[in-house]
Amino acid sequence: MIHSLFLINHSGDIFLEKHWKSVIGRSVCDYFFEAKEKAAEPEDVPPVLQTPHHYLISIYRDRLFFLSVIQTEAPPLFVIEFLHRVVETFQDYFGECSETVIKDNVVTVYELLEEMLDNGFPLATESNILKEMIRPPTILRTMVNTLTGTSNFEERLPSGQLSTIPWRRSGVKYTNNEAYFDVIEEIDAIVDKSGTTVCAEIQGVIEACVKLTGMPDLTLSFMNPRLLDDVSFHPCVRFKRWEAERVLSFIPPDGNFTLMSYHVNAQNLVAIPVYVKQNISFFESGSGGRLDLTAGPKQTMGKTVEGLVITVHMPKAVLSASLTATQGSYTYDPATKVLVWDIGRLNPQKLPNLRGSLSLQAGAPKPEDNPSINIALKIQQLAISGLKVNRLDMYGEKYKPFKGVKYVTKAGKFQRPACVAISHFST
Amino acid sequence: MLRVHTFLKMLNMSTNASYNDQGGAEAAVEVCTEGTSTTSGTGAGFGLFSTDFKKNDELKEMLESNKESLKLEAMKRIIGLIAKGKNASELFPAVVKNVANKNIELKKLVYVYLVRYAEEQQDLALLSISTFQRALKDPNQLIRASALRVLSSIRVPIIVPIMMLAIKESASDMSPYVRKTSAHAIQKLYSLDPEQREHLIEVIEKLLKDKSTLVAGSVVMAFEEVCPDRIDLIHKNYRKLCNLLVDVEEWGQVVIISMLTRYARTQFTSPWQEGVSFDENNEKAFYDSDSEEKRDETETKPYMMDPDHRLLLRNTKPLLQSRNTAVVMAVAQLYWHLAPTHEVSAVTKSLVRLLRSHREVQYVVLQNIATMSIQRKGMFEPYMKSFYVRSTDPTHIKTLKLEILTNLANEANISTILREFQTYVKSQDKAFAAATIQAIGRCATNISEVTDTCLNGLVLLLSNRDETVVAESVVVIKKLLQTQPTQHSEIIKHMAKLFDKITVAMARASILWLIGEYCERVPKIAPDVLRKMAKSFTSEEDIVKLQIVNLAAKLYLTNSKQTKLLTQYILNLGKYDQNYDIRDRTRFIRQLIVPNEKSGALSKYARRILLAPKPAPLLQSAFKDRDRYQLGTLSHSLNLKASGYQELSDWPAVAPDQSVRNVEVIEPQVNEWVPTVGKSKPAKSAKSEDKFYSDSEGEQVDRKGSKNSSSSSNDSSSSSSSSSSSSSSEGSGSEESDEETSDESPKSSSQSGEGSSESETDQKKEKNKKNTDSKAKSKAVNSESEENNNMVSSSSEDGSASSSSDSDSDTEQKKSSSRSKPKVHERPPKEVSLLDLDDVAPSAPTTPKASAYSPSLLSDLEGLSLSSVSSPMQVTVQPFGPVKSHELLHHMSGKGLSARYHFPRQPFLYQPSMVQLQITLTNASDQPLEGIHLGEHSPASLTLHRFSPVERLEPQASVTVSMGIDFNDSTQAANFQLCTKEAEFSVSIQPAVGELLLPASLTQADFEKEQGKLLGMNETSATITMAEGHCSSAVLNKQVRSMANLGEVITGHNNTHRFAGRTVSSGALVLVTVEKREAADATITVNTDKSVMASMLLRDLKQALASA
Repeated sequence: MIHSLFLINHSGDIFLEKHWKSVIGRSVCDYFFEAKEKAAEPEDVPPVLQTPHHYLISIYRDRLFFLSVIQTEAPPLFVIEFLHRVVETFQDYFGECSETVIKDNVVTVYELLEEMLDNGFPLATESNILKEMIRPPTILRTMVNTLTGTSNFEERLPSGQLSTIPWRRSGVKYTNNEAYFDVIEEIDAIVDKSGTTVCAEIQGVIEACVKLTGMPDLTLSFMNPRLLDDVSFHPCVRFKRWEAERVLSFIPPDGNFTLMSYHVNAQNLVAIPVYVKQNISFFESGSGGRLDLTAGPKQTMGKTVEGLVITVHMPKAVLSASLTATQGSYTYDPATKVLVWDIGRLNPQKLPNLRGSLSLQAGAPKPEDNPSINIALKIQQLAISGLKVNRLDMYGEKYKPFKGVKYVTKAGKFQRPACVAISHFST
Repeated sequence: MLRVHTFLKMLNMSTNASYNDQGGAEAAVEVCTEGTSTTSGTGAGFGLFSTDFKKNDELKEMLESNKESLKLEAMKRIIGLIAKGKNASELFPAVVKNVANKNIELKKLVYVYLVRYAEEQQDLALLSISTFQRALKDPNQLIRASALRVLSSIRVPIIVPIMMLAIKESASDMSPYVRKTSAHAIQKLYSLDPEQREHLIEVIEKLLKDKSTLVAGSVVMAFEEVCPDRIDLIHKNYRKLCNLLVDVEEWGQVVIISMLTRYARTQFTSPWQEGVSFDENNEKAFYDSDSEEKRDETETKPYMMDPDHRLLLRNTKPLLQSRNTAVVMAVAQLYWHLAPTHEVSAVTKSLVRLLRSHREVQYVVLQNIATMSIQRKGMFEPYMKSFYVRSTDPTHIKTLKLEILTNLANEANISTILREFQTYVKSQDKAFAAATIQAIGRCATNISEVTDTCLNGLVLLLSNRDETVVAESVVVIKKLLQTQPTQHSEIIKHMAKLFDKITVAMARASILWLIGEYCERVPKIAPDVLRKMAKSFTSEEDIVKLQIVNLAAKLYLTNSKQTKLLTQYILNLGKYDQNYDIRDRTRFIRQLIVPNEKSGALSKYARRILLAPKPAPLLQSAFKDRDRYQLGTLSHSLNLKASGYQELSDWPAVAPDQSVRNVEVIEPQVNEWVPTVGKSKPAKSAKSEDKFYSDSEGEQVDRKGSKNSSSSSNDSSSSSSSSSSSSSSEGSGSEESDEETSDESPKSSSQSGEGSSESETDQKKEKNKKNTDSKAKSKAVNSESEENNNMVSSSSEDGSASSSSDSDSDTEQKKSSSRSKPKVHERPPKEVSLLDLDDVAPSAPTTPKASAYSPSLLSDLEGLSLSSVSSPMQVTVQPFGPVKSHELLHHMSGKGLSARYHFPRQPFLYQPSMVQLQITLTNASDQPLEGIHLGEHSPASLTLHRFSPVERLEPQASVTVSMGIDFNDSTQAANFQLCTKEAEFSVSIQPAVGELLLPASLTQADFEKEQGKLLGMNETSATITMAEGHCSSAVLNKQVRSMANLGEVITGHNNTHRFAGRTVSSGALVLVTVEKREAADATITVNTDKSVMASMLLRDLKQALASA
């Protein structure tokens, strides 16, 4: 399926290539560069491209392009999903996925890519299995390796691949047995200028950090599973139990993983925790404008709103902004035309306000559209949907683990890096 | 070149010996110095090359050194070079020598290098082959697998035969992981040498039969690549693939689902019925291909979905919950292409979920939704808001969302959508705004109610400051006006006024065309516009010039008085234009409209030619024709046929023979045989009856063969002989139903009488066996085999029906007791089995239970089958008693019906992955109970084999039925309902882990070998203090075997006891070792890859041995 992989940095240099079948020359990337030239933003490059002899499927993440070359029909999502899995594996191994890190760990990267695909078909993509075969680098190990010349390869051969539980590492041992579950919910909403919610939905994920000895079999049940409208699971979760009893029964992978993600069906009844009053106007003369933003709490169920960040995408003509904030700090990037106001904790008694003037490019016409506003926030100890974990039981092992559940509400589109979502489209 | 040759020689000399011997190292040093001297000799002009050379020489030296760390460092640098795309092929000889190195990482890196450069250095690459050939025999499966991986990745045509051999061997490897690798290797070999196709297909065929979830995905991938047209290979494996699907790794799922989609389209008839609501006019689209004749057929014959078709739909549905977007998409397309119309919407929610994933995923999913939404608006309409555009979306996502919103627009939601569109038009992304305007235009043409509103809105946009918006509006208005040739002169006038402000060529051209086309509606303005254009003609763009010429011509025809001069002026300008298109057009127009002596007949028709009513352009979706490609494919994404794309065939008008998917009893795949219950297919049942006859005919041979060989057949014969005693008990039984039987068929009772006398020896071994049990069991099995043959008969008639008729159960009985029947003309098998039993009895410490025929049949089948997985041992039939019976339903709660169950510890005949259960039903009330049968069960995914309903149970009578449950190797309780005619009772069976096993017979050597493979995570052990009285071997043996259905492995040791078994459902090996220490201490070790089972089994064993 996947023939070759090229890693391309932001400026268009190929800094790593890997071929799983016979070698394909770099010139194939020229077609991609052509498309990249045409696109205004790197995000705008079409993910699926066609060249005379090959097909190019690429993803753009962390300012890097992962470009795969395929020669015959293959489901594009298959390739895309795999490429994302590669990025996630790199992040898992090296903490981040950047050109420097990949270049520094080129041998590990190569070993990983070798293990992940055989003849272009995925072989081992589970992080637990990969880590058994190729140890992730740590500072200590890097030092030891350089001093002693030993390798970061596991001397022992893994057995996990061969068991019926391909996602779990074998021989796990901990002195402190812990299992933590974070219920993270995000509100994704579009609000129009008058403050009416155009659409709003709640997305949730349960991130787990399970450090348990042996081969535990966990069962997680909810107080109110009926809330969940649509779910998707980590492969370890047994579909049948969920269908029959609405409980999550699974043998967990070792370490961090996403247990499930879900969607809460609340129609438009989602309580949006904050409001933003905005008044952005430009003078007819076209030389400047005024901006006045106030944020306040709406429905927070008695919890404090933290990490409140308001992002405004300004019209292209706006050159600079001179504003004063009663709370927090603001930055304006004249290149991307993005105003970011980092408020932090929202104090209901004293509402934060940002006001001041905007200066426009000389001679530019008055911008006609009002900018859109995105809000990111975080509420601890609250799952906005009201989802509650009932209990966690463990079978198959004797010891008593320490268990914990944490609830967090965020505003944001599902894509993690940019926690933005409540878009105020103006009309 | 010289250097390479020396190396080659050197390497040849030291074939299998260590390459680092003295001579080699010396030679290497020599060569190196030679290399450096030459490079230093070259001038400074080759500086770049010389540094490269130097670097390579340094690396070479490092590789030659004796230090592992240096070698490793060198290899790492070389990998770095490869990763950067630099050429490191020169180092090949130095690297290839390290292929046999002990250091795993070094070896791995050498492999990476080899795979990369072997193609370029074929001769040298051959040197490494022997290493891999040796590694293929390694006891460690991972080493075997990786050797095969590299061997098959070396693209050197000479080694094709070696690869072929390696693939064939690995395809029957013990380890599923190695088999998986061999499936990958098939594709590699095929691309290297397509002529091997036929041989490879054989291997594929073999691997397709593999039951491991690890292998399934990879082999289907190989199938798709090598022989996608050999759909016949799938038939027999179809049901297995469907059933395994949920447990296959996610990438394999995608491949299997897409293959099964293609398969299903060739094998089943269309579930899309006429008359069943399909969306609007779209029905036609789907049925275009179908002939009229077929339509009639579907109308006359009500559609019945093939159970296999249903199986596929049912088993793929849970995968919609997968975290892998590719899997979800694969299921969605399967439903789209295969499911009945009303079921397709099941996938909507999951597809919408994918829209929250990464940008690239959204792109592909939106493309697919766009295609779907053209045909079925209804599917996505409730989720319309999910397609609202966000300001942060990239342009191509925005455009796709717009496309979908336009597709979804109808009379009801158009106002909402238009309001949304209004926002988009103001977007800063002008390309997107332009696309929105086009979308508005499409809505306006599709929904006549809003045409005017849209038109007005678009006219308003004409005063927009952004010229792209205005231009796009003009173009769309032009199209709209064309579709509505009513009096829109106001709009045209308005546009004429705007003309001066508009600079975009396309928009100017559009306005000119409009004025020309409808010049009669704006008689005053048109000539004026032409006048202006005459002035600016030379500075206009080409398309505008063409339209000016057109306008002039049209005006000349309608209003020649005012425009004659202007037209001539413009035609003169056009005559000398730089662009030949314009010169051509001018010449043509002049000839057409200006009458002169040369002009022919055409000018008469000038008016008709130029001012003919023109058909309005169709505003339709760009995704209109994409449905010719299978959804989710690359071809669909690109809207062109990608190489290797497999067409999805149309439904066949008449379904091909569905029995091809039945895995027949005599096929090697005994386990796959799923009885088709409740469907009477006369042809098929006749066939299977034939089969049974032929079985009985050839029986003698079978039994002869089995007598000498496997112990399992010994057991089977013993149990079959004991079954005779069971029938004897039947004959002498005191129960009503029995008497009935014997009354109805005296022959049967006489038989059993005979049987009883002959098997008296056995009788005493059955002390702990309950009569009722055995009797009922034989009966139950009779009834099941009956069902097998698709003959409906009540269980009370079973005995007679089976013994008097020529059904298969007759055949079974014959083995043990029916030799008196004249038509069975064979050497009495009875004696054989008796002899066998005598042979077996001393070695087996416990008595085989008197029971059903199933084991004997099964073992016969085993004798016939060529076990596809080459395992050194077989599951033996070595049942152990006494059996514990458990309460299933108390007669108080069961309104008189009481039920007890026990595990007879026999392989279940009809589905070897099921655990056999026997349920004794007793009527404790004073009224007869009628129609006892199984009701619904949960979890819904539970597969069980129902017992045939008990028509009537007299008061105080009891009957034993047998059923099978696939517990899937877990101790999760199976819940089902036991129903009588009047009431339903929910009951639940939770098996002890020991009951989920079947004993396996292993030699001590095999045991140790297998144990060696199941170390590490797969091993659990505990030390216990044994209870008094448990220390003696016999007692210990008994305790363990009563706890778990395991077979003992005969060992020489007195202190170590070994037991082996396989899990019923997946056939995973379970090995138990009890090692006695000093005093009463003992260590119990359980080796199995079913780790959950292992820990539970260990716990149970500890209890059994520790407690009294």
